[in-house]
Amino acid sequence: MTAGGTRVQLFPTCLVDEIRPEIGWAVVRVLEAAGLEVELPEGLVCCGQPAYNAGFHPEAQRVLLHVLAILDRTEGWIVIPSGSCADMLIHQSHELLREDAEGLALAHRVSARCREFSAFLDEDLGWRGDGLPRREASVAYHPSCHLSRGLGVTEPPKRLLESLRGVESMPVEGQEDCCGFGGLFSVKQADISAAMMNRKLDAVEASGADTLASCDLGCLMHLGGGLHRRQSKLRVCHLAELLAERLPDDEAADG
Amino acid sequence: MTDFGDRVSNAVRDDHLHIAIDRATAALRGRRQTALDSLPDFEDVRDFGRAVKLETIAHLDEHLVRFEENLTANGIQVHWAEDGEQANRIVLDIAKRHKARRVVKAKSMATEEIHLNAALEEAGLEVLETDLGEYIAQLAGHAPSHIILPILHMTREDVGQVMHDRLGVAYTDDPQEMAKTARTTLRQQFIEADLGITGANFGVVDEGAICLVSNEGNIRLTTSLPKVHVAVMGIEKLVPSLDELEKLLRLLARSATGQKLTSYTSLIRGPRRSPDEEGPEEVHVILLDNGRSQVLAGDQAEILGCIRCGACLNACPVYQQIGGHAYGDTYPGPIGSIFTPGIRGLKSSYELPQASSLCGACRDICPVRLDIPRMLLSLRRESRAVAPMGWTWRVGMKGFAFFATHPRLHRWVRNVGRFFLRRMADDGWLRTGLGPLGAWTKERDFAVPAKRSLTEEWRARKRKSS
Repeated sequence: MTAGGTRVQLFPTCLVDEIRPEIGWAVVRVLEAAGLEVELPEGLVCCGQPAYNAGFHPEAQRVLLHVLAILDRTEGWIVIPSGSCADMLIHQSHELLREDAEGLALAHRVSARCREFSAFLDEDLGWRGDGLPRREASVAYHPSCHLSRGLGVTEPPKRLLESLRGVESMPVEGQEDCCGFGGLFSVKQADISAAMMNRKLDAVEASGADTLASCDLGCLMHLGGGLHRRQSKLRVCHLAELLAERLPDDEAADG
Repeated sequence: MTDFGDRVSNAVRDDHLHIAIDRATAALRGRRQTALDSLPDFEDVRDFGRAVKLETIAHLDEHLVRFEENLTANGIQVHWAEDGEQANRIVLDIAKRHKARRVVKAKSMATEEIHLNAALEEAGLEVLETDLGEYIAQLAGHAPSHIILPILHMTREDVGQVMHDRLGVAYTDDPQEMAKTARTTLRQQFIEADLGITGANFGVVDEGAICLVSNEGNIRLTTSLPKVHVAVMGIEKLVPSLDELEKLLRLLARSATGQKLTSYTSLIRGPRRSPDEEGPEEVHVILLDNGRSQVLAGDQAEILGCIRCGACLNACPVYQQIGGHAYGDTYPGPIGSIFTPGIRGLKSSYELPQASSLCGACRDICPVRLDIPRMLLSLRRESRAVAPMGWTWRVGMKGFAFFATHPRLHRWVRNVGRFFLRRMADDGWLRTGLGPLGAWTKERDFAVPAKRSLTEEWRARKRKSS
């Protein structure tokens, strides 16, 4: 561990912040249990990816620069509980700011401190859950595209899951295939998006899992929304939630 | 709804199409993997292939000049075509000079791109596609739906039915039987043809030669039996020498059909020379620009490194759902979503770059590592200038940028939005909505924002503890 001792910054992402803050709290609990001090920088809204993906690059640049400037004033690793937003800050920021020398330098400085949650836990902290109490779950893991293909983070989430006692990983047909979320793609090309989702959901339901887990709330909102429409009983959660709920004194920390 | 939207919504509901696509792409993906396992240094060859293609297109002007010199020295007649119309006219002139009536064609995307068949038929020529897939497509009156497998959208049973209907043979869906029928029909036509037309997989600069690959042997016949052979090739398809060609051929075969090498690899170095007893008397190469030099000058020049293996189609989850025809032009799939705007202009094809979830499966599988998602994003930016875009999007994005950079004001509009969303929700979920929410809730429910955001709760806890 370098980049500032035990202090880490949480970039909660707009979706976690607003739609499912429990995920953010789960991340905080896991990091604190690992002996880290978590800070939440003021003024973070969004990384700008929706505008970038929609082709609104000047707007995306403005939003991205705002976030980078805030993060640049902080210390320590920046932990991001989303493969997609992490990919935006770590890789895509460079492409988006390639014609702005000052912005690009800022992006390089900040992105060197950014870590996606599962990669940080597995690779930087060497976190393992085998000492935690046993709790049964059969989990279908959805490797989100920006996490696995964008950041190349394929093994850490699996290793973390496999380290938990009582957790069985259920193979899913076409596991690596995109779920069809794709940000605004999900509403701009709703027909294609839904068709991709239904194929994924059929495979997840056929896997026999009782839990669907991922490291991206975007995919989970999309897949979870589809499962809710199907009146499925599957539990849909972020990997951080599976880890946090096994920590001792979970109730107290939740206080 | 636009034409593209119509095609998409029909395609996603076409179960028959999905059966055909799933069968074929699953087989192709499987075979590709097996073939990769037989090339341990595959990743290095990919890096090499990428470097070669990018270097070649970076100095395309110099390579083209030398290519033309070397072709000419080998007795090949070189023509330059700025666009499809000019290329078609050159072919027609050659046909007229030789009083050709029957044309045999090998599979070629470039000639599809310029609609050569229609131009030839309009001029009264008889055109016969000799690639088995293209032949079936021609019989069925379909456009190809895949770069490598033109009739990927048809099941085996569909093919049997078309042959039964159009050739009057007994129905069978046995591939061997069907291939036999096609071969018998095609053989005779080869002998009677006056003109053979092909594309080119590669142009080898140093050799002054073009390279063509196939698995059916039809290319050999097309380039050797008729008296005249005309090859139409895009100007970007060059490689410097045989050394690079050899590696690129290995990449192409593995990525396209999962073979180590295709069954036939032809290197055409010119017309028949004495004492040859076979081969055409004339060989023509038409170098087709058709928008490529403009692509070269733009932000998506990298796409000219494409070797047309079709692997990105097989890997693409969008192609899986909508098939090739929904893309509405010659080149489908991820590669088409970049190449089509390049050659036809973004104004008529701005929807194609939108039809991607940016999952990156195409970038991962591409043998020359083209960064397709990056180019799609670049085209989305460019399409803002030409695409009809509702004011709601423009205002919405401006508003997004404003509020995302003004956290205090953002909090205020967020509170309003959250209030209404939560009011409308039933147990935390919305089942219907307007605008984007309507599109979202067509097939999935929407989880409304939490009562209190993480940031709010964080602040409250901090206040309490201090």
